[in-house]
Amino acid sequence: MNSYDVVVVGAGPAGMACATEASRAGLSTLVLDEQPRPGGQIYRDIEVSDPGRRALLGKDYGEGARIAEAFRASKAEYRSGAVVWNIDSEKRIDYSAGGRSHSVQAKSLVVATGAIERPTPMPGWTLPGVTTVGAVQILLKTSGIVFEDLVLVGSGPLLWLAATQMIAAGAPPKAIVETVPRSRYREAARHFAKALRGWRYLAKGFAMMRAVKKAGVPVHSDAADIAIEGEIAVTAVTFTSGGTRQRIETAHVALHQGVVPNQQITRLMNCKHRFDDSQRAFLPVVDESFETSIPGVYVAGDGAGIGGAKSAEMRGRLVAMRIAEKVGNRAGEAAKLRTELAKDAAVRPLLEALYAPAADVLAPADATMVCRCEEITAGQIREAVALGAPGPNQVKSFLRAGMGPCQGRMCGLAVSEIIAAAKGETPSTVDYYRIRPPLKPLLLSELAGLGAEEPREAAE
Amino acid sequence: MPQRIDGSGETVRFTFEGREVAARAGETLAAALIAAGETTTRDSVVSGAPRGPFCMMGVCYECLVEIDGVPNRQACMIVAEPGMTVNRQTADEVVA
Ligand code: FES
Repeated sequence: MNSYDVVVVGAGPAGMACATEASRAGLSTLVLDEQPRPGGQIYRDIEVSDPGRRALLGKDYGEGARIAEAFRASKAEYRSGAVVWNIDSEKRIDYSAGGRSHSVQAKSLVVATGAIERPTPMPGWTLPGVTTVGAVQILLKTSGIVFEDLVLVGSGPLLWLAATQMIAAGAPPKAIVETVPRSRYREAARHFAKALRGWRYLAKGFAMMRAVKKAGVPVHSDAADIAIEGEIAVTAVTFTSGGTRQRIETAHVALHQGVVPNQQITRLMNCKHRFDDSQRAFLPVVDESFETSIPGVYVAGDGAGIGGAKSAEMRGRLVAMRIAEKVGNRAGEAAKLRTELAKDAAVRPLLEALYAPAADVLAPADATMVCRCEEITAGQIREAVALGAPGPNQVKSFLRAGMGPCQGRMCGLAVSEIIAAAKGETPSTVDYYRIRPPLKPLLLSELAGLGAEEPREAAE
Repeated sequence: MPQRIDGSGETVRFTFEGREVAARAGETLAAALIAAGETTTRDSVVSGAPRGPFCMMGVCYECLVEIDGVPNRQACMIVAEPGMTVNRQTADEVVA
């Protein structure tokens, strides 16, 4: 079995930067990533997007090209299309690629699997034609696909970014239905002074809102009680805004309630997690070098708490420097990077307060489907709690919630929130699903070749 | 209807439910299907209700299709290849 000083899982900004820095410090480094090309979701297809598409996706997207180039030029090995499905306590990693399973040994493991979108259970959210906002961005980045009737529903910076990108692409959204309650602006205001240190982000935010206004996109604020209508696909979205019930006809709805750390690998490895009230999500417990409760296992980027792409790149580099320092290799200068990282984070408390998830999504109505795979409703989960299920794992065995192919990725946080509310506790005491291998369903044929070695592949 | 904003790239053709679908070289099956107006890729294994790609990044498993006879393939993670035979996944094809 091949062995590496560092194995990085994920080739987004954190993974690429970490691998570049680690190989620069003389560490043998392997990057495993599911996608066909590096970039992660934020810089998806950055290497193949033409100048036209880059221009409409914005300057920040273009930043990814620099990171990807440095990564390609580095000595790090890179394996695309590699789906990690198990990692044991000795940091032996099993992944499938090219239709077969392979194993590698890591001395240090860097989890750079980033963020996923928060589950957004609401009536009709399983209808074809409903996607996440991340999905419509991916369609634009990878394929230049836009929709003339797209309705963006939810809250968060990504909602506005997607809207401005659609406008630049010549296909403004049909409407934005924003779920931020008016009272939030007052609550968020107390973070404003601190956020001024991150004025670039604030300026970008205001510019996006101006662009939406200028393009004449209708914005329905303070929206609640959202329901998506349709029999076999979406036909309309309805909601209450400004005291009246409204209805917009569309075949394409994109939902967003912020992003949260992708916990699958850190949960699988039994790293300690905590519930962060401000981010309203579970975060792995890490030290100042982003090492988890399990020695030699690090989390770089959004997986350790949402900070955005710039922060992810810096955190990736810091992790590599720490690993190099531990084995006595010459590492880069971390102090300056830490100062920059702190400055970059100044805007987060404001964003977290303003764009906290909508109450409807955290506490869906009884009839709303929460687990999409097994079709379990919020009411069924509450009933299971009333019958004595103390936490997510018992709800899982009572109802099969979280047992489908997505392994709870699409319902886990919502299930923890619903159980906590039903018991009058917090998600932190209720905790989260236990995650078991395989992390992703495998074809039997992929298991057949397990243990076989393969030639090494260089990053170029 | 979805639209493509930029000039034509190389085209890859595959079939979906017996109809021919054109993909741009290098894009995923799910992206090509959405561009072709096909938003339904599978039926729910529980109720049989129609489902379609939701996350486009490999986490939701709503895009499961049958490719060349093999079920449970993620259309959003698999690049379209010429001549692929792709079909919707029906409720009786149990997910492993
Ligand atoms: S669309 Fe979510 S896994 Fe493919």
